[in-house]
Amino acid sequence: MRSFSYVSAPDVAAAVRAIGSEPGAKFIGGGTNLVDLMREGIERPETVVDITALPLAEIEEAAGGGVRIGALVRNSGLAAHPLIRTRYPMLSQAVLTGASAQLRNMATVGGNLLQRTRCVYFYDGAAACNKREPGSGCDAIGGFTRNHGILGVSDDCVATHPSDMCVALAALDATVEVQSVRGVRRVPLADLHLLPGRTPHIETTLAADELITAVELPASAVAATSRYRKVRDRASYAFALVSVAAALNVRDGVVTEVRLALGGVAAKPWRAHEAERILVGAPATEDSFRRAAAAELAAATALPHNAFKIELAQRTIVSTLRQLLAEGGAA
Amino acid sequence: MVEVRLRVNGAIESLDVEPRVSLLDALREHLGLTGTKKGCDQGACGACTVLADGERINSCLALAVQYADREITTVEGIATGGRPHPLQTAFIANDGFQCGYCTSGQLCSAIGMLAEHGAGAPSAVTEHLSTTGIELTDAEIRERMSGNLCRCGAYNGIVGAIRDVADTEPVRSEPVRSEPVRSEPVR
Repeated sequence: MRSFSYVSAPDVAAAVRAIGSEPGAKFIGGGTNLVDLMREGIERPETVVDITALPLAEIEEAAGGGVRIGALVRNSGLAAHPLIRTRYPMLSQAVLTGASAQLRNMATVGGNLLQRTRCVYFYDGAAACNKREPGSGCDAIGGFTRNHGILGVSDDCVATHPSDMCVALAALDATVEVQSVRGVRRVPLADLHLLPGRTPHIETTLAADELITAVELPASAVAATSRYRKVRDRASYAFALVSVAAALNVRDGVVTEVRLALGGVAAKPWRAHEAERILVGAPATEDSFRRAAAAELAAATALPHNAFKIELAQRTIVSTLRQLLAEGGAA
Repeated sequence: MVEVRLRVNGAIESLDVEPRVSLLDALREHLGLTGTKKGCDQGACGACTVLADGERINSCLALAVQYADREITTVEGIATGGRPHPLQTAFIANDGFQCGYCTSGQLCSAIGMLAEHGAGAPSAVTEHLSTTGIELTDAEIRERMSGNLCRCGAYNGIVGAIRDVADTEPVRSEPVRSEPVRSEPVR
């Protein structure tokens, strides 16, 4: 790992001042992604600004019935919190399916949002990767692509966003609070991550000097009947091939409200707006679920090894909705 | 170089290290505590698992400088008064290892895991998130221990050892308290 200098920030104001005044500086929280990337020589900060002493580790009930999650809440603390377990069970489940218990004890909510979208070719310094070295090409295309994307991909990058937490946050209409020397702003989670296009090295809409301070979840009655289902090559501690965050409310056999988001398929958590549009007002039947899933995946494109994901995503959407329906999505 | 005061197994250790030194390397190379093992050095295998304030972490992905005020417990610190930790005894009784390279990580991880379970934390296989008092089934043990790989495949013995301890006695999760027994720099 290259040498760097280290600064520990005592408060948010000092942290955002430090990141602006040190060229090539990066924030470090739990370090589970950044330290790994630094060891591989992919991230090369001159300075790391440690934010773990900032007072951002609380989960609080917000006005209007929502929840405010401090950016430094650990993944394990988020998943185990009573407010999250009871009001947003899909979020607890999503976090618990990510990484390992050791990593969840270290990793922060803010860091989970900003972990790099990545694939094995991104990590392999001998491979061409437009994300690692813009303009160098993509060795994933034409390579082994079982884990790569099927929605929103480009000719320059087909990597998928690895977060499970973010898939649930996308379904829950979360907002990210961001602070810099210019002040505070709020970014809808849907607008935080970018599709690759011609610039896969640019992964979010945040400026380099902006610090995530909190994630806000709006009140949501439908979220109480929600689930996260993750399909992967081994039963635990693996990235998603496909995952689904879903919430469902049914009245008199008709879908009144539904939330659907997909993981493992794109460079960002994929909110399934088209499927939701078809489902609201439709009979809560397997046929409706199938039609909605097919419509959402209609634009999917396959590489040689990941065509199975197009079918798998549809089946996972249908089975998750069917389970929610059986469990009490019917009011 | 930065001066880092680490609290390890009840002792305060002062080190001069570069910020890039991991907690794992600080323990092994600077403090001579080689019980904690380096397997993958990228957070994938769990061999480097230690406890920080009673919580299990991967010391390979931890910068030592970030853990200056945390109470670190390594495998060298889990026995009390010369008596092995109950999990150590149970690992022997259950053949919970073969080559032993993953064992110190498995032990620290299991101690942290039992404390998490005791505090009511759910796992990915917990069916009802809204309930407390989650039964520690073998499926729960396997899921909660999935961050620790064993290439010898001693998993059945590991689950058996943890099962024995979980069934017989509560595991304390409080970290060992530090006493300032040594403060000169160690290199």
